[in-house]
Amino acid sequence: MTRFFQQFLNFEKIRILKDRFAEKSLFVFMLIFGLALFLIILVLFLRTHPIHTMMTLPNLLFSTVWKPSKGLFGFLPFIAGSLWVTGVAMAIAIPICLLTSLYLVEYAPAKLRELISPLIDILAGIPSVVYGIWGVLAIVPFIKNYLAPLFGISSTGYSIAAGGIVLAIMVFPVIIHISVEILKAVPKDMKDASLALGATKWQTIKHVVMKRAMPGIVAAIVLALSRAFGETIAVLMVVGNVARIPKSLFDPAYPLPALIANNYGEMLSIPMYDSALLFAALLLLLVVLYFNIISRMILSGSKWSSYYYG
Amino acid sequence: MDKRSLEENFFKFLMIASTALIVAVLSMILLTIIIKGLPHLSWAMFTQTPKTCYYLGKEGGILNSILGSLYLTGGATILAFLLSLPITLYLNVYAKKGSKLAYFTRFTFDVLWGIPSIVYGAFGFTLMLVLGLKCSLLAGMLTVAFLILPIMTRSMDEVIRMVPQPLMDASYALGATRFETAFKVVVRQSLPGISTAVLIAFGRGIGDAASLIFTAGFTDSLPTSLFSPVATLPLTIFFQFSSPIPAVQGRAYAAALILTIIILSISIISRLMTKKFTRHIVR
Amino acid sequence: MESKGHIKVENLSVFYGKDQALKDISVKIPNKKITVIIGPSGCGKTTLLKSFNRLLDPSDNIKVTGQVLVDGEDIYGPNVEVTRIRKKMGLLSQKPYPLPMSIYDNIAYGPRLHGERNKHKLDRIVEHFLKTASLWEEVKAKLHSPASHLSVGQQQRLCLARGLAVGPEIILGDEPTSALDPKSSQHIEKRFLELKQQYTIIIVTHILRQAKRLADYVLFLYMGRLIEHGPADDIFEDPQEEITKEYIRGIIS
Repeated sequence: MTRFFQQFLNFEKIRILKDRFAEKSLFVFMLIFGLALFLIILVLFLRTHPIHTMMTLPNLLFSTVWKPSKGLFGFLPFIAGSLWVTGVAMAIAIPICLLTSLYLVEYAPAKLRELISPLIDILAGIPSVVYGIWGVLAIVPFIKNYLAPLFGISSTGYSIAAGGIVLAIMVFPVIIHISVEILKAVPKDMKDASLALGATKWQTIKHVVMKRAMPGIVAAIVLALSRAFGETIAVLMVVGNVARIPKSLFDPAYPLPALIANNYGEMLSIPMYDSALLFAALLLLLVVLYFNIISRMILSGSKWSSYYYG
Repeated sequence: MDKRSLEENFFKFLMIASTALIVAVLSMILLTIIIKGLPHLSWAMFTQTPKTCYYLGKEGGILNSILGSLYLTGGATILAFLLSLPITLYLNVYAKKGSKLAYFTRFTFDVLWGIPSIVYGAFGFTLMLVLGLKCSLLAGMLTVAFLILPIMTRSMDEVIRMVPQPLMDASYALGATRFETAFKVVVRQSLPGISTAVLIAFGRGIGDAASLIFTAGFTDSLPTSLFSPVATLPLTIFFQFSSPIPAVQGRAYAAALILTIIILSISIISRLMTKKFTRHIVR
Repeated sequence: MESKGHIKVENLSVFYGKDQALKDISVKIPNKKITVIIGPSGCGKTTLLKSFNRLLDPSDNIKVTGQVLVDGEDIYGPNVEVTRIRKKMGLLSQKPYPLPMSIYDNIAYGPRLHGERNKHKLDRIVEHFLKTASLWEEVKAKLHSPASHLSVGQQQRLCLARGLAVGPEIILGDEPTSALDPKSSQHIEKRFLELKQQYTIIIVTHILRQAKRLADYVLFLYMGRLIEHGPADDIFEDPQEEITKEYIRGIIS
């Protein structure tokens, strides 16, 4: 029965060669795409070079004058717009998401939890154009007719507040998804120990669960922050797109991603414009990169590393 | 009632309120799209391309963008799959445990995942200039492939990593090479997860607009060549929605409904597939 | 041929990072006998078994010094094709791991890898080895249904048949009955006693009674050292070392 195997020595060699070849080529393959990040940064950086010959970096970042046709590219209004919108979104999303995650993990009956988790997935799947449309149909009129008058301000509704609310909803699934995983990973023994000492459930959550889960939750928030910072279409549709530094929540703003998306048409007709827009893209990329790295560091450095890196 | 339980009840109330708020918001979004979109949905939308004066409210459909989106995202998904499967297999079968390089690659893909799609769009556009490519199906495909590559790779990686080491050892013990083990055992074992990863990536790609603004262009005709511009659903929605004419806006709602339905069905299919494909799986 | 299936270990040490799992082990495994490796848990039994077919290889951070000679060839030598070494040995793990394919394909997997394409030959191989593992009667009607649908006991016999189908001379068993119910365990043990006519069998077990039932030759490991080895009767009836006595009398386990 064993004899026929021995005729295949040659065959054996081919198999092993195949394996070696696969190993080498897959390695090269992986290396190329592992380096993709640096490639993107490098390409964008090289293409933004022309604008640096015209304006200094602080000038680009802190000037408020945006007159592309005169060759003046001050990014401050856009940076401010991005910061405002992201800030508002996080201020809304963080408490709501934390409360929801805690409810889902600690209090909600299992049936309800199973019902809600696919709903959160649906929320994550809705395309951003659809969020944008909904924002225009629901949030913008709401701000124009109810929220702004409440503060005695008249607003068109296309505002930071609108952008912030839409963005907040868009990052709900990001925060909830990770927070739930993190909260679930808090050992039951730890909670039992606290309960056994006479703490109420809420005290246990406040002092034990939250403390233990904090790094993971911070990471989730930072991740959501970077997602919000780069979101384009939905924000662009509701935020008004006026290149001025906003003064209140009900002012329009013009975040960086919207700037890039709105001006693709003129990009090549005005000198330096493409370089300026790619500078905006690079800026966006570096900020998001920074947030991402921080968040992954927290996740991989803490006990949650197993969740991400096995 | 003492202070402790007062506080607990207060927060419990807030928690329930937040959860209810999220569910309410989701239902509102879906309801808005359905109520606004359903009346404008017609058979013509699926069967016709935009006719003359379509954007002034005359007849026609959006077959061009439905097909365009499917072609573009389908192509991008296939491309991304051809890249991410080998990468994931390398990470899990060839790379040594605790390898610095594997850690670094995973980290990079996580970060790539977080990069906004508008940046991919800008990057794709820059590459197009370098390569001398115009706005086209091909350019859009490449950009979206780049966009969904990290999503697909990391989701696949999470699944393939779950393949038990003893199962791989069993294959090695029969004299299989790592290559054979990777493609005959590891891939089969994680097939449901792999297909879910592919579908997730497809869903993400088909809904994305920002990466396509610069790269795919727009056209009223059906996609015919890799090198001509192509219409896509998200951009169709975006452009028609900015129109002042109600009939055109109405079509934007209908198109949004179509896109949402496509994406939701993909997520449902992927759930069902997970159930169906587990026949051979060893747990 | 006397040297066939002959495993000889010389000065074998294995390190996991800084921990030394096996300390300077030298032993000759007798042919066509059942050799049982016993010892308390964590003493390196499984590590020793895995070192025989280089399954220690894939995981990083492992250092192996010394030699394992299979048919006179050092399998940790520089130019050794590991697939060829592994083909000489069938492995049964603690828990059966059927490959994610049908019963038929599980058995045919190995022969196909090694180049057998002929459908009739494959059919014969599948039938023959399923019979050898005494599984044929139970599965002959459902050869093409998923192997994962079998009971755990049947799966372990499937894994035995699968291992035999690549034509090994040696069978390695890593506590092969630990996940099985008593009836299935008995089934597997019976197969081993039959198979030792043709194969050299090495089994790791922590069940002393099972060792006594099966063993012709015994290795006793303790804390990574090979304390004592010899024919089963000698070791069980008249152990030389104090620690072996204590283990066999059940004082340490």
